[in-house]
Amino acid sequence: MTETVLEFRSVTKRFGALTANNSISLSLARGEILALLGENGAGKTTLMNILFGHYQADEGDIFVEGEVLSPGSTQAALDAGIGMVHQHFTLAGNLTVLENIVLGAEPLFAWRQQTGAARRKLADLARDYGLAVDPDALVNTLSVGERQRVEILKALYRDVGILILDEPTAVLTPQEADSLFVTLKSMTERGLSVIFISHKLHEILAVSDRVAVLRRGEVVGEIETAKADRHKLAEMMVGHTVTRPKLVPIAAGEPVLEIDSLSTSGSGADALKQANLTIRAHEIVGIAGVAGNGQRTVADILSGLRREFSGTVQLNGRSLPAGDPRGIVAAGVGRIPEDRHARGVVGEMQLWENLISEDIRSTEIAHGGLIIDRGKATKRALNQIEAFDVRCEGPDAETKLLSGGNMQKLILARALSREPSFILANQPVRGLDEGAIAYVQEQLLEARARGAAILLISEDLDELMALSDRIAVMSHGHLSEALPAGDRSIAEIGLMMAGQHESGEAA
Amino acid sequence: MIIEPRQSVSWLRAGLAPVWAILAAMAVCSVLIIWTGTSVFSAYGLLLKGAFGSAFAINETLTRSIPLVFTGLAAAVAFRAKFYNIGAEGQLYAGALAATFFGTGLITLPAVIMIPFLMIVGAVAGGLLLLVPVLLKTHMKVDEVVTTLLLNFVVLLLVGYLIEGPWKDPMSLGWPQAAPIIDEGVLPALLAKGRLHLGIGFAVAMAILVWAMMRFSVLGYEIRAVGYNAGAAEFSGINVGRTVVITAMISGGLAGMAGVSETAGLKGYLTLDLSPGFGYTGIAVAMLAQLNALAVIPAAIFLSAVYVGADAMSRAVNIPTYIADVLVGASVLAVLCSVLFSQYRIRLR
Amino acid sequence: MGDIFEILLTAGFWAATIRIASPLIFGTLGELICERAGVLNLGIEGIMTVGAMAGWMWVYQGGGLWGGVIFAAAMGAMFGLLHAGFTVHLGLSQHVTGIGITLFASSLSYFVYRMLLPSATTPPKIEPFQEYAIPGLSDLPLLGESFFTQSPLTYLAFITVPVVWYVLYRTPLGLAVRMAGENPVAVEAQGINVLSVRTGAVMAGSALMAIGGAFITMSWFDAFYFGMINGRGWICVALVIFASWRPGPALVGAIIFAGLEALQVRAQQSAGAFIPYQFFLALPYVMSIIAMIIMARKTKYPQALLVPFRRGERV
Repeated sequence: MTETVLEFRSVTKRFGALTANNSISLSLARGEILALLGENGAGKTTLMNILFGHYQADEGDIFVEGEVLSPGSTQAALDAGIGMVHQHFTLAGNLTVLENIVLGAEPLFAWRQQTGAARRKLADLARDYGLAVDPDALVNTLSVGERQRVEILKALYRDVGILILDEPTAVLTPQEADSLFVTLKSMTERGLSVIFISHKLHEILAVSDRVAVLRRGEVVGEIETAKADRHKLAEMMVGHTVTRPKLVPIAAGEPVLEIDSLSTSGSGADALKQANLTIRAHEIVGIAGVAGNGQRTVADILSGLRREFSGTVQLNGRSLPAGDPRGIVAAGVGRIPEDRHARGVVGEMQLWENLISEDIRSTEIAHGGLIIDRGKATKRALNQIEAFDVRCEGPDAETKLLSGGNMQKLILARALSREPSFILANQPVRGLDEGAIAYVQEQLLEARARGAAILLISEDLDELMALSDRIAVMSHGHLSEALPAGDRSIAEIGLMMAGQHESGEAA
Repeated sequence: MIIEPRQSVSWLRAGLAPVWAILAAMAVCSVLIIWTGTSVFSAYGLLLKGAFGSAFAINETLTRSIPLVFTGLAAAVAFRAKFYNIGAEGQLYAGALAATFFGTGLITLPAVIMIPFLMIVGAVAGGLLLLVPVLLKTHMKVDEVVTTLLLNFVVLLLVGYLIEGPWKDPMSLGWPQAAPIIDEGVLPALLAKGRLHLGIGFAVAMAILVWAMMRFSVLGYEIRAVGYNAGAAEFSGINVGRTVVITAMISGGLAGMAGVSETAGLKGYLTLDLSPGFGYTGIAVAMLAQLNALAVIPAAIFLSAVYVGADAMSRAVNIPTYIADVLVGASVLAVLCSVLFSQYRIRLR
Repeated sequence: MGDIFEILLTAGFWAATIRIASPLIFGTLGELICERAGVLNLGIEGIMTVGAMAGWMWVYQGGGLWGGVIFAAAMGAMFGLLHAGFTVHLGLSQHVTGIGITLFASSLSYFVYRMLLPSATTPPKIEPFQEYAIPGLSDLPLLGESFFTQSPLTYLAFITVPVVWYVLYRTPLGLAVRMAGENPVAVEAQGINVLSVRTGAVMAGSALMAIGGAFITMSWFDAFYFGMINGRGWICVALVIFASWRPGPALVGAIIFAGLEALQVRAQQSAGAFIPYQFFLALPYVMSIIAMIIMARKTKYPQALLVPFRRGERV
C-alpha cells in the first residue's frame, strides 16, 4: 500500500483575486480510498477539474505513476487511466447505456462501431463488479442509482486505475450508498485507487482509508481514517467548532397547512398519489426522498407553478389559490425554490428588481399596478438587504454577481420579510458554505419560533433529522405519514425512500 | 480559449460596442470595394455624401429611416422577451393591407382622426398576423423563427393576388397596384421639398413610448424578466405565456405601423415593392441599438444612410448597390461579437 | 378528384417530384446534421443561395460541373465555419447568428454576381447536368422514366440519405455528433472535443445545404436568378422538425413536399382559371407550418439544441 499512483505537487489555481487552490500537495497510493473532505467552495471541484484538464493550474504539476500529466487535456487524463464520476451525471438521456459507455473509447474515425466486442466487455465488467444494467436501455428510463452504475461502468470500461467520485451519495438512498461502498471496496481489492469527494462525515469514516481535508483552497490536514472521528473532521473542515442551529422543542399550534388526498395525473414516479399532510404552527415537517419521486410536484403545487391536480390544499382554513404564485404569496406563503439560478432570481436584473418580483402588480409597489414606484422599491430593497445581511454593492447591483450564500439570503429576504404563515423551503441550503447554511437554518428556526409552519424538502437526511419536528418520506409519488423525527431510524427511512412501504401503514 | 464575464461593464465600453461593430462591418465591405477597383476612401466618401451631403440627401435619409425605426422597434421589443419575430416584413405588409382596405374610400374621416385610425388598424393587422406564430409557440412550442419567416412569403403572395386581382386600381394603366389612399388618410409632407412626411413623428413617438414602457412600467419589467429567465419569471408569478403574447402583439403592431407609414406616407398606394426588406433590416437596427428603443432611432438613421448613400455611390462608381445589404448582414454578425467582447473577456491560454 | 388521380399516374409528375425533392433532401439532411450536433443553422437560406451562385459561377467561368458542385460545397462549408465560430466557439445566439449569416451570405452572393456580370440584363445560361438514364432500370415502365432518368445530382441526393443515416447511427463519429446534441458535457468528459465535433458537423451540414442550392442552378435550371431559393431553406428547417431529426423520415418529408409542389404546378394549369396562382404558390409555406404543428407535440428534439457549451465555465 505504499506505491504512489497519483500525486499533486504544489498545485495552485487562481480566478482573478480568488485563489481556488493554494499550493495543494496530495498523493494517492495503489489500492487506497482517499477521501477528500471540504465544504462547498473549499476547492475540491476545482482541483478535480484541473486533474481532468478542464482548467489549467497556474503553478504546480500532477504526476500519474511517476510521469507528469500534460495539463489542460481531458484526453491525457483518460489515457493515464483516470476516470471520474461527476456529481451531475454526464450521460445523454436519449441514448442507450451502451452508446453512453463506448463513446470515446474507440477511435472516432472508424467505419463502424465494434458493438459486439463492447457488449461482451460490458457484460464481463458488470458480472465482475456486480453492476448489472441493461446495455440497450435508454438512460432516461433508468433510476438514479442505475445511472450512477452506468457512470462507474463508463470508467471501468476504459480500464481505469484511478477512479474519482464527486459527491456520489448525494442522490442515493442510504442502502444504495452502502452497496456503492461495497463496490468501491471490491475495486480497491483489485488494485484500483479511489478518490472519494464528500462533505458527509459518516460516509467518509465508513469507506475511506485516509482523509485529506480542504479548506479555502488549502490542504489543512491529512489523517488516517482509523485515527479520526466526526468532531475532529468537522472541526478541520470548517476551521472552528461547528455550531449548526438546534431544534428547541416548541408545542405545535393550530393546523396551518392541510393537504388532503392530493393527486396528479400521469404514471411517472413524479405523479402524486393521494398525498395527505398537515403542518401546524411552530412546526417543521421534513420530506425525505430520492429526487424525482414527487417532491417537485408537491413543491410546484404549493408554490403555484402547477394548476392541474385533484384533492385540496388549505391554508389557515382557506383553499389555496391554484396555479397562482402571486395569489399564494398574498395568502401568506413564503417560497424558497429548489434552484436559485433557474427559479429564484433573474441574474441579469438588479437586486431591487428581484425583491419586488412577487408583488409587482400590487398597488403597494406600483402606481395603479402599472408603473413601478421606484422610490418605494428602493426603500424596500435597502431595508431587506440590511435585515438579511446581503453583502452587495447596493440595491442597484446586478444579481448574478452575488455569491451563492448572498443570493440565497436575497431570496430569504423576499420570502420571509412578509412574515408568511407557511414556508416552503425546497433544498434551502444546497451548495452553500457552512456559514450560509447556519444562517439559512437559523432564519427557518426563527420563523418557526414566531409561529410559522414550514415544509422542508431535502435530499440530505442529516439535515432533515437535525431540523424537522416530523419527517415524511416520498417514494414513487406516495407520501408516507409524517412521524416525529426520532421515531424512525435512518435505515428505515432509507428503505422507505427505496419504495418499501412501512408495514401496517394505512395509506 | 476561455470566456469569462467581466465583473462590471462601463457605460463607455457598452456604448462603444455598436461602433466597433460598424467599423468591423465597414472593414469587411472595404475588401469588396477594393475588389471593384475603387479606393475605399473615396467610396465611403461618396456614400457619406450621398446620405448627408445635401438637404435633399438628408431629407431622403430621414424618410427612409422611418420604416426602419418601426421595424427596428418591432425586433427590439420581441427580442427582449427572447421571442424571435423575424416576420416584420410580413407584418409590415399586413399593416399596408389594412391601410389600403380602410383608407381607399371605405371610410372617410377628418384627417386628424383618419391618420391615427389608419395607424391603429395597421398595427392591429400586424399584431393579428403574429398571433398565429405566437400562440403556436406558447401553446405547442413551435419555433417562431420558422413560422414567422414562412408567413412572410404567404403574406407577399396574398398582397400579389389582391393587387393583381380584386384590389387592382383600374386607373393604374395595368400596373399591379392598389387604389391610392384618400387625401384625408395621407401622411402630410413636412417640408416643401423632399419626401419627409409625418410618419417620422409617429416613429419617434413610438420609440419614446416603447423606451418608457420598458424602463418604467410593470409590463416592461415582466417582458425583461421573461426574456432573461423565464423560469424565474414564472416562479415569481409572471404569466410567461401571456407576456410573450402581449410582447408579440406590440412587436407585430409596430411592424404593421411601418406598412401604414409607407403606404399612406411615401408611396400613397400599395405595391409589391413597398418594402425592399425593411423587416429584415429592422433586425440589424435592433441589434445595433442593443435592443434599446431610443437607440433604435440613430441605428435606423445610420442604416438608412447606408442604403441611400450606397444608391448614390453605385451611380457614381462601379459598385453594386448590394454592398449596402452586405454591410447590413455583416453588422448583425459584428454587433453580436462586439457586445460579447464588451461583456466578456476572452482569454487564449 | 379524378384529375388528381390521373396526374399521380403520369411519369412526368413523378419525375418532377423527384427533381424538386433533390434540393430539399440536401438542405434537410444538412440542417439535420447541424441540429443533431446541437446547433440550429438558420444560415441555411443564405448558404443555399451561396451554393446556387458559386456552383453556377464556377461553370460559367469555364469550370466543370462536378468542380462546380465541389466549389459550392466548399463555399457552404466556409459559411458553416463562420456560423460555428459564432455559435459554437463564442456561444452567441444561434437564432440571431443564423439570420445574420443568411442576410450576409445572400447579399454577398448577389454582390459577387453583379460584380462579375455587371451588365447582364437576361441571366446568362450554362450547360447544366444532363439526365442520366440508368441502364436497365430506366427501361422499367413508369418507374424507369420517373425515378431512373434523372440528374446525377439527384442520385447523389438519394444516396446521401443512407450515408448520413449510417454515419450518424453506425460509426463512432456519428455517436459523438448525436451525443454532442444531447449532452455536450458527456462528450467532453470522454475526452472528445465538443467544439470540434460541433464545428465539423455544422461545416459538413452547410456543405450539403450549398449542394442543394447548386442543384437548383446547375441541374434544375441553368441560370442564377435573384431570390431563387425563395424560402426553400426555411422549408428544410420545418422538414427537419417534421422528420423528428431522422434521415429516413426526412427523405419521406422532402418527397411529400416536392409532390405537393409538382401537383400544384399541374393543378395550376388545369384550375388556374378559377383559383389564383398565388394560392398554389403559398401552399408549400402553409404546409410547412402545418407540418410543424402536427409534429410539435410528439417530437423528441435534441436536448442540447440551442445550448452553447463553454468549457470550464464558472457558474
